[in-house]
Amino acid sequence: MEELSQEQFRIIGIEDNGTEHSARKKVGYWQDAWRRLRANKIAMAALVLLILLLLMTIIGPHLTGYSYEEMDKASKNLPPSAAHWFGTDELGRDLFTRVWQGGRVSMIIGLFSAAVSTLIGVLYGSISAFFGGIVDNIMMRIVEILISIPYLIIVILISVITDSKDLGTMILALTLTGWCGTARLIRGQILQLREQEYVLAAEALGVSPFKVILKHLIPNTLGLIIVGVTFDIPGYIFSETFLSYIGLGIQAPATSWGALASAAQANFRFYPYQLFLPSLMIALTMLSFTLLGDGLRDALDPRMRH
Amino acid sequence: MEQETLREPMLEVEHLSKHFKMSGKSILKAVDDVSLTIYKGETLGLVGESGCGKTTFGRTVIQLYRPTSGSIRFDGRELGTLKRKELVSFKKDAQIIFQDPYASLDPRMTIAEIIAEGMKVHFKLGPAETERKIASLLEKVGLGADYANRYAHELSGGQRQRVGIARALAVKPRFIVCDEPISALDVSIQAQVINLLIYLQREFGLTYLFISHDLSMVQYISDRIGVMYLGSLMELTDNQTLYSRPLHPYTQALLSAIPVADPDLSQAQNRIKLEGEIPSPIHQPKGCKFAPRCRFASEKCQAERPVLRELEPGHFVACHFAEQIQTEEA
Repeated sequence: MEELSQEQFRIIGIEDNGTEHSARKKVGYWQDAWRRLRANKIAMAALVLLILLLLMTIIGPHLTGYSYEEMDKASKNLPPSAAHWFGTDELGRDLFTRVWQGGRVSMIIGLFSAAVSTLIGVLYGSISAFFGGIVDNIMMRIVEILISIPYLIIVILISVITDSKDLGTMILALTLTGWCGTARLIRGQILQLREQEYVLAAEALGVSPFKVILKHLIPNTLGLIIVGVTFDIPGYIFSETFLSYIGLGIQAPATSWGALASAAQANFRFYPYQLFLPSLMIALTMLSFTLLGDGLRDALDPRMRH
Repeated sequence: MEQETLREPMLEVEHLSKHFKMSGKSILKAVDDVSLTIYKGETLGLVGESGCGKTTFGRTVIQLYRPTSGSIRFDGRELGTLKRKELVSFKKDAQIIFQDPYASLDPRMTIAEIIAEGMKVHFKLGPAETERKIASLLEKVGLGADYANRYAHELSGGQRQRVGIARALAVKPRFIVCDEPISALDVSIQAQVINLLIYLQREFGLTYLFISHDLSMVQYISDRIGVMYLGSLMELTDNQTLYSRPLHPYTQALLSAIPVADPDLSQAQNRIKLEGEIPSPIHQPKGCKFAPRCRFASEKCQAERPVLRELEPGHFVACHFAEQIQTEEA
């Protein structure tokens, strides 16, 4: 083989044609999540529907000019018409107004109770799982005791003690034990995450326990939390429906979707639209929450980024 | 070793034990009465089969686990008595690189956030300064600042391990526990990461505790090597002595199991086959832990547990018959 000598080589330098730089623009976490959510057509449709429903519960009662408690003996049980868009009930009240007025109550109960119970449940569950040992043991026994009390008893007790049946009491009664399920769910997940090496790494770096929970453990259970919330909201709307039906819930003339449905149930053979309309709203709300939750779970997970 | 007289201890471990309570009343002795010293600037390799307590030892040493008994001194200071604040500042000095690069990075954080985490705890830096530091760390571990805004799942195993190294380096530690940092990587990547670790050791004057089950890698990187079996240290000596003149029967068996690339040599190799299984760490033998599988085991081995003793200067062995075995082999 021919000998290669130094003279045959020369330094030509490095050509910087920019191909080495594939730096990604700095995109915020939420910005990125929003971009991913927007790409999901079903979730966006659900979001639009949900906003529409929420908007209607706010402005709906004022659109027709009727008050939700105004009775009119001359126009009982009317079918939907130009004057009464959703018809009237057996006391002659305008159903369109009442459906949105009731929706207001249902939405508030669903959103508020889910928010409260998720917040308490997540904090409680993550503290219990993170510290483990005796702390975990005591905290979980408390949860088990709370869960074993039938919630009807709690609701009755609370309405007796507070002597009121308004919205606040309802939310209190529903969330008093409602957070226990979330707490258990989160605890299970965090027990699993706790042994992950990235959590150990944070501890090795000297990050405080509180920050480890907030920065690592809760964000990594976000998918579970969101799914939990989207199940909780319709769950609370249902519970309220049931309580209203047995007379422990919202009292007339105030109303909710549940109360409307149970009132309409007696006459449902003759006036099916009275039952159909509030039920439709419950169904639409639940559907859009579930679909949006699905989309959110995917959007908030950076691993789904393409 | 020529700098024998200059050696200053960095980490002194004495009679360290870490036991885990299992279901029922049984106790798993993951680390059982281990004593050793790690000197400034050296790399101490720790080898042993899986489940022998190497990882638990490494994690206990940097206070990720609370020791059951024994003492750990870092720079002459007893770690068990440190207050919360002092413990946080110890954690700045002692870091760990984990085994599984897929589990050791939070999937919801960008690389920059991961590296910045420790810096936020220990240094008060502005955002611009932090960003500059992250970029220079990424350069140091051979990744480049371009990676700062990516997520872990976009990187390969080797790249992730480099991020793990950068995270540990970010707090400017002096001592790093490398917990099998290469065993989850491709063979081609292993050498790169090992060379990076060696380069960083020289650059920053680091001290390593290098845990591995890969004997050839440990030989490559370590100054001294400890052999663990069932939670106990069986032999501890410098790199060359261990490979040329192992004294413990377990070490001899381990070394004879290293694969040799040359088939002719491989044929000639005298393999010591170990009979039986490792005893469960919950029900450990009363005497020598290795006795049930040892070729030389006698009644004394069954009854009495040997302690680690210095047979030759700097050569520690835990075996009753190390001298006899040595002369027999010769």
